[in-house]
Amino acid sequence: MQQDAIPISSILSLLTGDGGNFLGIILLSLQVTITAVTCAGLVGLPLGAGLALVRFPGRTVIIVLVNTMMGFPPVVAGLAIFLLLSRSGPLGDLGLLFTPKAMMIAQFVLVLPIIVALTRQTIEDLWTEYQDHMTSLGAGRLRSIPTLLWDARFSLVTTLLAGLGRASAEVGAILIVGGNIAGFTRTMTTSIALETSKGDLPLAMALGVVLMSLTLIINSLAFGISRVGARFSGKS
Amino acid sequence: MRDTTSMLPLIVRDLRLEMDGRILLDVPLARIQNRQRNVILGPNGAGKSLFLKTCHGLIPPTSGRIEYTLPVSTAEVRRKQAMVFQKPVMLRRSVRANFTHALAMAGVGWYERRRIADETMAQFGLSGLADSPARVLSGGEQQRLAIARAASLGPDLLFLDEPTSSLDPTASRQIEDMLDVLHERGVTLVLTTHDLGLARRFADVIFFFHNGRLIEESDAERFFTQPETEEAKAFLEHRLFW
Amino acid sequence: MLRRIFVTAAASVLVAIGMLSAAEAQDRFITVASTTSTQDSGLFDALLPAFTAKTGITVKVIAQGTGQALDTARRGDADVVFVHAKAQELKFLEDRFGVKRYPVMYNDFVVVGPKSDPAGIAGGKDVAVALKAIADKKAPFVSRGDKSGTHSAELKLWKAADIDLPAVRGEWYREIGQGMGATLNTANAMAAYTLSDRATWIAFANKGDLGIVVEGDKKLFNQYGVMLVNPAKFSTVKADDGQAFIDWLVSPEGQSAIENYRIGDQQLFFPNASDPKA
Repeated sequence: MQQDAIPISSILSLLTGDGGNFLGIILLSLQVTITAVTCAGLVGLPLGAGLALVRFPGRTVIIVLVNTMMGFPPVVAGLAIFLLLSRSGPLGDLGLLFTPKAMMIAQFVLVLPIIVALTRQTIEDLWTEYQDHMTSLGAGRLRSIPTLLWDARFSLVTTLLAGLGRASAEVGAILIVGGNIAGFTRTMTTSIALETSKGDLPLAMALGVVLMSLTLIINSLAFGISRVGARFSGKS
Repeated sequence: MRDTTSMLPLIVRDLRLEMDGRILLDVPLARIQNRQRNVILGPNGAGKSLFLKTCHGLIPPTSGRIEYTLPVSTAEVRRKQAMVFQKPVMLRRSVRANFTHALAMAGVGWYERRRIADETMAQFGLSGLADSPARVLSGGEQQRLAIARAASLGPDLLFLDEPTSSLDPTASRQIEDMLDVLHERGVTLVLTTHDLGLARRFADVIFFFHNGRLIEESDAERFFTQPETEEAKAFLEHRLFW
Repeated sequence: MLRRIFVTAAASVLVAIGMLSAAEAQDRFITVASTTSTQDSGLFDALLPAFTAKTGITVKVIAQGTGQALDTARRGDADVVFVHAKAQELKFLEDRFGVKRYPVMYNDFVVVGPKSDPAGIAGGKDVAVALKAIADKKAPFVSRGDKSGTHSAELKLWKAADIDLPAVRGEWYREIGQGMGATLNTANAMAAYTLSDRATWIAFANKGDLGIVVEGDKKLFNQYGVMLVNPAKFSTVKADDGQAFIDWLVSPEGQSAIENYRIGDQQLFFPNASDPKA
C-alpha cells in the first residue's frame, strides 16, 4: 500500500500550496503553546522555588499532589475546563469556550504542575549547595529565590522544554475546549486528528512530521542557547 | 577609628550544641579579641567547623550566648562579619558577578557594587579573571575569589574554614598573603586549619578543640612551646588521629 | 549583560504574543455545532465562504456527533445546530432548547464492508436482510457507539430488522465510540462491516479494501435539519446572525450551493428545504 509511505511531495505541497491556511495553523499552534508555557513559567518557576524553600504545614502533601498532577490526563483537564468555561458553567460569561484562550488555559493547567515539580527539585538541590553562603550573606530563604532561579537557569530551560513538549504534543484537552474550528482553533495536533478521521493518513503523517520538525528546531535552539550560556558562565 | 567602634571582642559563654542527645560542641568560655589572628586547631571531628558556623550564626546553639561588646542589632552583627567555607560556594556567574551579588545581598547600591567589586579584584590580583565564569577557576583561584568576595563586604570579623586545605603550596602561599593583607587592615580573623606550619607562622591565639570541647585557649607561642593539656601535647607530636 | 539580554528577549516574546492575540479578535461570528459528516465530507469548506462573503458573518463549526452537538447547544455553547437525527432534534425542540427546525438536505447511509464479504451480502438492496446475515454469521461489525446521528440510525436499523441487538451482540460487534472517519479506519483495519453516511464515505481517503455492499434501501434515508438555539434560554445566543445563516441555508442560493457540491462527479447532499415533511 502506497499510503504507508510518507510522500515528501505531500509535505511540500502542504508547505507551499494552500499555504496561508497551513501557516495559520502553525502560527496558532506556536502562539497557544508558547503563551501557555510562558505563563506557566512565570507562575510555576517562583511557585516551584517557593515550594522548595519555604517550610509550612502541609508542604509535603502539596508536593505529592503536584507530582501527581504531572500525570493529569489531558482529557480530564480538558473536560474540567470545558465545564468551567461553558455558557452553563461558572465562568460561562467570559465567553472563552471554543477560543484560542481556552486552549491556552488548558495547556497552562497541564504544563504548570510539570514546571512546579521540576523547579522544586532543581531549586532544592541547588539550595543545599548555596544555603550556607546565602545565609552568611544575610539572605533568608525567600530572598534567595531570585538568586537560585537565576543560577539554575540552564537546568530550568530543560524544565520549560519539558513543559513545551507536553503542551505541543497535547490534543485531547484542546480538542474539547477549542472545538477544532477551522481557521480559529485548529492547531497542528487537532489537524492531525481531523485528517486521520478523514482517512487522509499521508496528510496526517505529513503534518506529524512538520510538527516534529518544529519541536526539533525549538529544542535544538533552546539546547544550543543554554549550552553556550552554560559554557559562558561555568558548567553547572 | 575601628577600635572604638568595634563590636569585638566577642565572648562565647556556656555554648552547647546538642543533636539527638549527643554533645557536639561544648565551649564554657572563649574570647575572640579584636584584630587578632585566631587559629582553631584540633583533630577531625573535634567540632572546629561547628564552632565557626555557630559563632557566625549559621547554626543556632542549643544553649549559651554569643556576646558582642557593643550592643548591636542582629542585622548589624551579620553585616560586620563574613565567612569563607571549606568548599567555597561559587555562584554560576562570572567572577565579577560573584562580587556584585554578595554586595547586592548586603544592600550596596548598583554603581557602588561595581566599583567595590573592581577595586577588590584589583587588590587581590583577580582583575584578569573578572569576566571568567567562576566555576571554571582552579581550586586556588576559587578560594582566593571566595576570600576576596568576603573581604569586599568590609567585615570586622572574618571566619575561614580550612582556607588552605587541598591546595598546592603556591596557592596556599597566596592565600596566606591575602590573610596577612586583611590582618594589616585590621580585620579580625578566625580560621580552622590542619596545617600546623600555617598555624605556627600565622596565629596570635590558638583555640584547641578535642571531642567537641574547647580544652585550651592560649597565646600561640605558649601553646606551641608548652601546651597545657595532654591532648594538645599529643596533637602537636602527631600522636592524635586527625 | 546576559541578564539584560534575557529580560529583553522575554519581553519581546510577550509583546509579540500580545500582538498576535489582538489580531485574533473577530467582529461578527456565530458558532455552529454540527456533525462530523458535514465537516469530514468537506461540505462546509464549500458552503461557508459564500455565506461569509455575502453577510460578513464568520461561521465557526464545531464538528461532533449529533448527540454531542445537541449537548453542546443545550449548554448554550453554540448558536445554531445542524445535525441529522430527527427524533433527537424533535426532543431538543420539545425541551424548548431550539426555536424551530428547518429541513435542509438529505443523503443516505450505506453499508460498507470488506471485499472478502464474509456475510455474503454484497450487492443487496435490503438492509434488514443484510444485517440479519451479519448477525447470523457473526461477521465483524464496527459501530460508532457515540450517540451520533449515524449511531441512532444504525440502532434503528437493527430494530427494523427484528434483531435484538443486546441479546445477539458478541465479540463480532465492536462499539468504538468515535467519529465516522475513525470508524471507517477501524473497519478497514479489521476487515469489518459498518454503516456510514454516503458523504463521509465518498470523501474518505483511506478506503483500502472496503466497498459499498448495500445501498438504495428507503430505510437508509438520512435527513439533515438545522435549528437556532433558543435565545430565551441563553441570552448569549446570536439570534439574528444565527437565523441569517439558517435563512441562507434554506434559500435558493444556499440550496443550490449544496446541490452543486461534488467530489469527483458525485453529488454528496440533496437539498430538500422545500419538503415540509422532511
